[in-house]
Amino acid sequence: MTAYFLRRLRQSVVLLILVTIVAFGLMHLAPGGPEAVYALSPGMRAEDLQRIRASFGLDQPLPVQYVKWAAGMLTGDWGRSYRDSRPVRDVIFDRIPATLELTVTALAIAIVVGVSLGVLGALRQRSLPDYLATIGAMVALSVPTFWFGLMVIFVFAERLGWIPSGGRETLGADFSLADRLHHLIAPALVLGLVLVATWSRYTRASMIEVVNQDYIRTARAKGLGERRVIWGHAFRNAAGPLVTLAGLQIPFLFSGALVTESVFTWPGMGRLFVDSLGYRDYPVLMGVLVVTALLVIGSNLAADLLVAVVDPRIRFR
Amino acid sequence: MATKPASAATAPPPAAIPATDALLRTDARAASPWRMAARRFFAHRLAAAGLVISILLILSAILAPALAPRDPLQISILDKFQPPLTGGFLLGADEVGRDLLSRLLYAGRISLLVGFAAMAVTVLVGTVIGLVAGFYGGRPDAILMRLTDALLCFPTVFLLLVLAAFVGASLLSITLIIGLTSWMELARILRNQTLALREQDYVQAGRALGASNRRLIVRHLLPNSLAPIMVAATLNIANAVLAESYISYLGYGIQPPAASWGNMLNNAQSYFQNAPWIALFPGVLITLTVASFNFVGDGLRDALDPRARR
Repeated sequence: MTAYFLRRLRQSVVLLILVTIVAFGLMHLAPGGPEAVYALSPGMRAEDLQRIRASFGLDQPLPVQYVKWAAGMLTGDWGRSYRDSRPVRDVIFDRIPATLELTVTALAIAIVVGVSLGVLGALRQRSLPDYLATIGAMVALSVPTFWFGLMVIFVFAERLGWIPSGGRETLGADFSLADRLHHLIAPALVLGLVLVATWSRYTRASMIEVVNQDYIRTARAKGLGERRVIWGHAFRNAAGPLVTLAGLQIPFLFSGALVTESVFTWPGMGRLFVDSLGYRDYPVLMGVLVVTALLVIGSNLAADLLVAVVDPRIRFR
Repeated sequence: MATKPASAATAPPPAAIPATDALLRTDARAASPWRMAARRFFAHRLAAAGLVISILLILSAILAPALAPRDPLQISILDKFQPPLTGGFLLGADEVGRDLLSRLLYAGRISLLVGFAAMAVTVLVGTVIGLVAGFYGGRPDAILMRLTDALLCFPTVFLLLVLAAFVGASLLSITLIIGLTSWMELARILRNQTLALREQDYVQAGRALGASNRRLIVRHLLPNSLAPIMVAATLNIANAVLAESYISYLGYGIQPPAASWGNMLNNAQSYFQNAPWIALFPGVLITLTVASFNFVGDGLRDALDPRARR
């Protein structure tokens, strides 16, 4: 177990290093380099531009810049935002809670609804509800999240006035849980919809494989109640792949969150990313890329370990 | 829809059996694997429906100049926010009085073109990387697969936006960006399959006969990878259309005045009060297109590999 853990940990660290190299490389793809945005300012002289390059360390060779930046990431000095000179780490950390609030809620909705639909579909294969859920899941996977969000805002905020059309809380009001939930419900449902589809499809497939196994017949034969058979035996065995799915779904979840945050003006990392793109704020962009990738790697690692702990059939080599 | 009455979309074999006899009598090749796959595919009613709708959408894009009632760029301020079915605007007019139907038809050309072209890039890159990594193994495999893993760590939309914002938006760059950020899954599937295939007797026989590596890959491994490639290609069209709509909606994709389904939604939110239909139709078309290709891809997967039924 410890050996397995250490091996997965080592792989994750290698992956993280690669990810930082890719993120760093991407930022230097921009024509004219990161300082190009300053070159456009009126009255910018060549020697001023040179001073800016020097002050950002952009005049050094790329490998040197990379090592400095990566070392900074490790020690907590993530550089300063080009936009307002705040430390990048603060800029990003300010936004992480909002993104987690949104993504975790959406994921929870998706798991509860998706797993229920999937189990139902597997138990009543080819029934009308199963058929509708299958079609519904495929359509949900095909709807552009931003458009679905726009439609929800149009119907429920503009026309019916049931929900606010965006934001995380009423501006200027004191903190109140009801107010926060009121703002959270629509974006979380919109983001959750696509995930529900994936969860129900995978749960259904995974459960169908399990319900025909001998040990399920054995469980029924020894007189267990149907509820115990389904949830205690069948689902527990089908759950392994689902935990892996949760890990694999994280990049998808962040992609969806970026779009949802843009539509609902939700102050999370996704919107920070889109705003920073407009300002060509490279240090913030690199920071967000690395933080999201880190969360992805971390959740994959956690999912693998969880499966290994939960599922006794997995052997450690 | 399939003309044959299939008993249940999820149960192709029973629906296919009666037809087998009839076809066998008239055509000795009736039982070829491709024909059997085609039969399984069309027994899948949603897949067949998806195929028909996809073809109609492609035709409407190709024939856009003939079908569009007006010039999609023709501005007519007096007609702004004309509701659907009024003033000769079947689907209404947008904020500067351009005909929405005509714009949707022309936008379909761009969205589908990006979808198909990006798919071609994805399939090319994914196939080459998957086959090379799987066939050669060892160091090339390790390097290519670590690169694949690393790219899979970034949420796709983040990658797309960074690249689109930095490289600059044009039809070509958007296509390349989408294609080059979505090959990883296909590469992984083909790599794993090739690892198994290269130990097969016919590959070993080819090697014993002195076939070059390139020949082994192109003549033996590639044909045996066609099924997963076709499935991935179809699902990739769906994903590419969706990806284009995301980056265009966020303003880094296809640039106005050219219309794509994504960028038509760009300002839609500002016109909710006056003209909600401006936001409605492009989204419906994106969903319809993506769902159709997804259904076709799912049907292909079931038809080409009956063992891997989901």
